[in-house]
Amino acid sequence: MAAKKKEPVVIEGAGPLNAPIGGLLTWVDQRFPLMSIWKDHLSEYYAPKNFNFWYFFGALSLVVLMLQIVTGIFLVMHYKPSAAEAFASVEYIMRDVPGGWLIRYLHSTGASAFFVVVYLHMFRGLMYGSYRAPRELIWIFGMIIYLCLMAEAFFGYLLPWGQMSYWGAQVIVNLFDALPIIGPDLSTWIRGDFVVSDATLNRFFAFHVIAIPMALLGLVAAHILALHEVGSNNPDGVEIKAKLDDKGHPLDGIPFHPYYTIKDIFGLSVFATVFSVILFFLPEMGGYFLEYNNFIPADPLKTPTHIAPVWYFTPFYSILRATTEDFMWALRVGVVAYAGLILFTSRGCLSKILTLLLAPVILLAMGVIEAKVWGVVLMGVSTLIFFLMPWLDKSPVRSIRYKGRLSHIALTIFVIVFLTLGFYGTQPVTAAGTLISQIGTLIYFSFFLLMPWYTQMETTHPVPDRVTS
Amino acid sequence: MAEHKPDSARRTVLLAATSVAGGMAAAATAFYPFVNSMLPSERAKAAGAPIEADISKLAPGERMTVEWRGKPVWVVRRTPEMLDVLKKNADRVADPESSKVQQPKYATNSLRSIKPEYLVLVGICTHLGCSPVEKFVVQSEPFSSDWKGGFYCPCHGSLFDLAGRVYKNKPAPSNLMVPPHRFLSENKILIGEDEKGA
Repeated sequence: MAAKKKEPVVIEGAGPLNAPIGGLLTWVDQRFPLMSIWKDHLSEYYAPKNFNFWYFFGALSLVVLMLQIVTGIFLVMHYKPSAAEAFASVEYIMRDVPGGWLIRYLHSTGASAFFVVVYLHMFRGLMYGSYRAPRELIWIFGMIIYLCLMAEAFFGYLLPWGQMSYWGAQVIVNLFDALPIIGPDLSTWIRGDFVVSDATLNRFFAFHVIAIPMALLGLVAAHILALHEVGSNNPDGVEIKAKLDDKGHPLDGIPFHPYYTIKDIFGLSVFATVFSVILFFLPEMGGYFLEYNNFIPADPLKTPTHIAPVWYFTPFYSILRATTEDFMWALRVGVVAYAGLILFTSRGCLSKILTLLLAPVILLAMGVIEAKVWGVVLMGVSTLIFFLMPWLDKSPVRSIRYKGRLSHIALTIFVIVFLTLGFYGTQPVTAAGTLISQIGTLIYFSFFLLMPWYTQMETTHPVPDRVTS
Repeated sequence: MAEHKPDSARRTVLLAATSVAGGMAAAATAFYPFVNSMLPSERAKAAGAPIEADISKLAPGERMTVEWRGKPVWVVRRTPEMLDVLKKNADRVADPESSKVQQPKYATNSLRSIKPEYLVLVGICTHLGCSPVEKFVVQSEPFSSDWKGGFYCPCHGSLFDLAGRVYKNKPAPSNLMVPPHRFLSENKILIGEDEKGA
């Protein structure tokens, strides 16, 4: 196959410099698809012209990922992944390594910032229906990125080897212990020891610095490639590729570069300002970004008086704690009611048969398996259920702008419940907190499980032909 | 010899079957050494050796902690009053007679011990592995208005009495673990090894 002779690259506005730079670019471009990558993903990637505030967070999460990788590399130069030396090596970075405190706080603040921008990015997707066909795979890649991010954060939190690192890891690894039959062996295998120990620290280090970051980079590439294949959604949820100009470009699209690169640089400056304030004045964020107990070295014989995960895990942690023996009755009622709902309203024969088969199995399992296991199951499902969004949302329209009242109410309540569960997850157990978390858990799952009904019941607003400004 | 046309449907089936079988074999071969390497090492297993606890200085009503397999093991010397309370506590705990196997055979009784006076427990909550704290004084506590003395888990609020029996309707599903142990002499307990003949 003969290579196609490529046209010399001409850079607009380069003036007299065009000859040498253009010549070099032509030389590279005849050997590597540099200009076509540049065009496909930046200068000729047409993005809807009506992106708003919410569209900053995708680019920002990419920037934070880079920040975490770069600061991580320099932390590893001084950190020692051993139970005997880890805590001291982090304090060494903080006190003795020149500017080490800055790199460490960039990394620890970056971790929380990562979850802030990712949660806002996900909320944007929920609002504007960015998960709907043909963007299911973008959403699924994104969700896997989110799960990897949680794993990355969890593994990383053990590394300073403080009290919270140690007992947090102890509690989370023991979640696997709850699984029937394979549980105890599985948790021993994860730890590589009978308790969280040096072996555990070493393998978490390996996952944190090699395995998960590599997976993350690959997934981010897949996420962006899938996005650029189908094109970006927008706040109106209308497909801009449906209306093209005479050159074949979307009428409502503008090239990503320079329009959105400039806009994102502005967004990045605002973000960097807020980030710097936290970094320099509140790096612990009142115990929410770095918990106070983590400044005490890990002690396997003494649990801190109050254990709470870092803020970004707390909504799911609340769901775990809410699942007590009493709450199982509420869950049983929920399963029966949901099965009834499917049987009475579903038109599909298959879904009815599946319901008739599955509901009794679940109810029976609820009687046999203890509440502790169900807490773990519910916590797992509460993170995984986002994967189903593309198939749960049956609304004829994509964006919340044109959905009906029920969807507005549902999304608002969901956000309130997510934040409430998050708050109670940081607090010690109280009777009132448990009750609120239990109600929150039921609402959390209802948001997803009832979505096929409320998105179809409501009257939607007419969707415009083109994006609105 | 007649020419045979390739049977493309058959080819597809054979190709798929070979790929699946070969792929699974290759995956299993490739994964096994890695999965295997993550099991506890010989050194970690050797660290699980039994440990001796000297109880000569343990006063009545007090607790001492020794480390066994990296876990805290408590030895509590219970007073006659404490033992009295335990007998009255049976209806407040989930498994008063220790029917669930959370202890060696020789400690399967309501006091969960070899000698009533000495209680040996792994100090790890059966819920999610926190270490409960000692609340031996009989008084009103924030977590229980008529507290009879025992252990309180700060993580998720599980309560245990002075035999390590879990209170009803708490997150922890079972009693605290009694490790294998035996008395070497009046003042020495070996933790991590069963009684001879048991």
